[in-house]
Amino acid sequence: MRRLLAIEFFKLKQSRSAKILSIIYFVLFLFTALFATINFDFGSINFRIADQGIFNFPYIWHLNTYMVSIIKILLAIVIISMITNEYSNRTLKQNLIDGLSKKEFILSKFYTLVAFALASTLLVFLVSLVLGLIFSDYTEIGIIFSELEYILAYFIKLVSFFSLCMFLAVLVRKSAFTLGFVFLIYLAESILGGIFRFQAEELLFIADYFPLNSMSNLIVEPLTRLNIVKTATSQINPDFVKDYKVHFTTLVIPVVWTFIFVWGSLNLLKKRDL
Amino acid sequence: METILKINQLSKHFGKNKAVDQLSFEIQKGHVYGILGPNGSGKSTTLGMVLNVVNPTSGTFSWFNGNIDTHDALKKIGAIIEHPNFYPSMSALENLELVAKIKCLNEPNYQEKLDLVGLWERRFDAFRTYSLGMKQRLAIASALLNDPEILILDEPTNGLDPQGIHQIRDIIKKIAEQGTTILLASHLLDEVEKICSHVIILRQGKMIYDGSVESMNASHGFFEVAAENKPQLLQLLESEPAFESVSELPNQLYKVILKQPMESDTLNKMAFEKGIVLKHLVKRKESLEESFLNLTKNE
Repeated sequence: MRRLLAIEFFKLKQSRSAKILSIIYFVLFLFTALFATINFDFGSINFRIADQGIFNFPYIWHLNTYMVSIIKILLAIVIISMITNEYSNRTLKQNLIDGLSKKEFILSKFYTLVAFALASTLLVFLVSLVLGLIFSDYTEIGIIFSELEYILAYFIKLVSFFSLCMFLAVLVRKSAFTLGFVFLIYLAESILGGIFRFQAEELLFIADYFPLNSMSNLIVEPLTRLNIVKTATSQINPDFVKDYKVHFTTLVIPVVWTFIFVWGSLNLLKKRDL
Repeated sequence: METILKINQLSKHFGKNKAVDQLSFEIQKGHVYGILGPNGSGKSTTLGMVLNVVNPTSGTFSWFNGNIDTHDALKKIGAIIEHPNFYPSMSALENLELVAKIKCLNEPNYQEKLDLVGLWERRFDAFRTYSLGMKQRLAIASALLNDPEILILDEPTNGLDPQGIHQIRDIIKKIAEQGTTILLASHLLDEVEKICSHVIILRQGKMIYDGSVESMNASHGFFEVAAENKPQLLQLLESEPAFESVSELPNQLYKVILKQPMESDTLNKMAFEKGIVLKHLVKRKESLEESFLNLTKNE
């Protein structure tokens, strides 16, 4: 495993686009997380989002993982291009001739995307922890480390999404088409989900098993959970109840998809002549 | 004799097209093999299969008597297939370092290999800045990095200018002299004739010859003769039992194929005694090219 990671990181180190995208990702990452701390000063109104309670423990785990996961697409581009480049430079063929097995090739990509997801997860944990310690109204240990399942959900969300990208990249072999394919799946899921919702509600549960849908179900949007928003919503619609929790089954579905994608990538590669 | 590669009834079909059809041969250590065949005869597909990038339709092959997995076997060989494939933004040295990682090599001698192909001075330059000849030479350095048991070259001089072709041939000869087993696929016959001791000839995916280069053109050669008095010369040639056949070439010459060994002075003397003065007499052996064309024609 260490050999495979070393091989992959050696390749990434020499790729300028991968470096630039990763840097943009982590800058955007910090920007997203720190945006709320900016002090808006509109003359008489002195306003800071951070003071509205969004950085309170344990809510911050939920909010930050949700917000930051939006920009995962940047890292996904790095992962897609590190696979499609192997095709366009025909280096995949050379790697195999040099003695890398097809399984090792897929595993080296998978380990790398897990490493990316781990790094991102660690970062979101640290940044949230620091922001929370600065701004949170509650700083008891028990409260700080409650609802950490959002961090786990975030990690699974990244790994499963990146695995989907890896599978599509192996399938399509062109980076632009791969991104288009991800968008296509998103569209198809939305349309099917819409059809189920309005025409066949008894089938709606199927939509929870769609790959992208199952990933987005991991972390439910946190905004309506915020106190000010919640008061507003309950005035408009008193029946509004939403489940924000991370459930075991919602965790399992993307993990199963991850296995399918990795297995699928390997089988595609094994079947193909290069 | 140590067997490096054994191929048994290997076939590859692309739809109806049988690119490789029931191919069997063995590669022994220490020889230089040539795989000959016109374009599309299945040379590259065969190499692709033994190198783990093309899946065989049927048949088997085994490296080093089948004691190890194919991908582990590949770590002990060096191979170049068609175009040199490297990471364009990496330098020569970085590309070789990556190959060393894949092949699990500890501190290989980069300078020795890059010196052999004359690229040590350019080792820090990005691969994409290289000319085709340099890329091909880097590919050879990369294939030699692990001091391979066998070096596999597929059309190594394809697309190069005469100078590049010459450089590559010199390098290959140097490697062959060191006793490395080489398997060279080519459609250039003089290339194979100059370097190889054994040839395997393919035509439309089938093997039509497997043996040494010498025994391939085992004939006794032929004479090209001419004289002022043509009818008399023809009469002499046709009456001589040592000749297999006589044919007239377009440029006033007769081509006489030998049935048994005969030197040109014998023929000269024979003609002179009959009062025929030869104005042209050359003894030649068929080139590999002619033997090859004969072989591929007969089937």
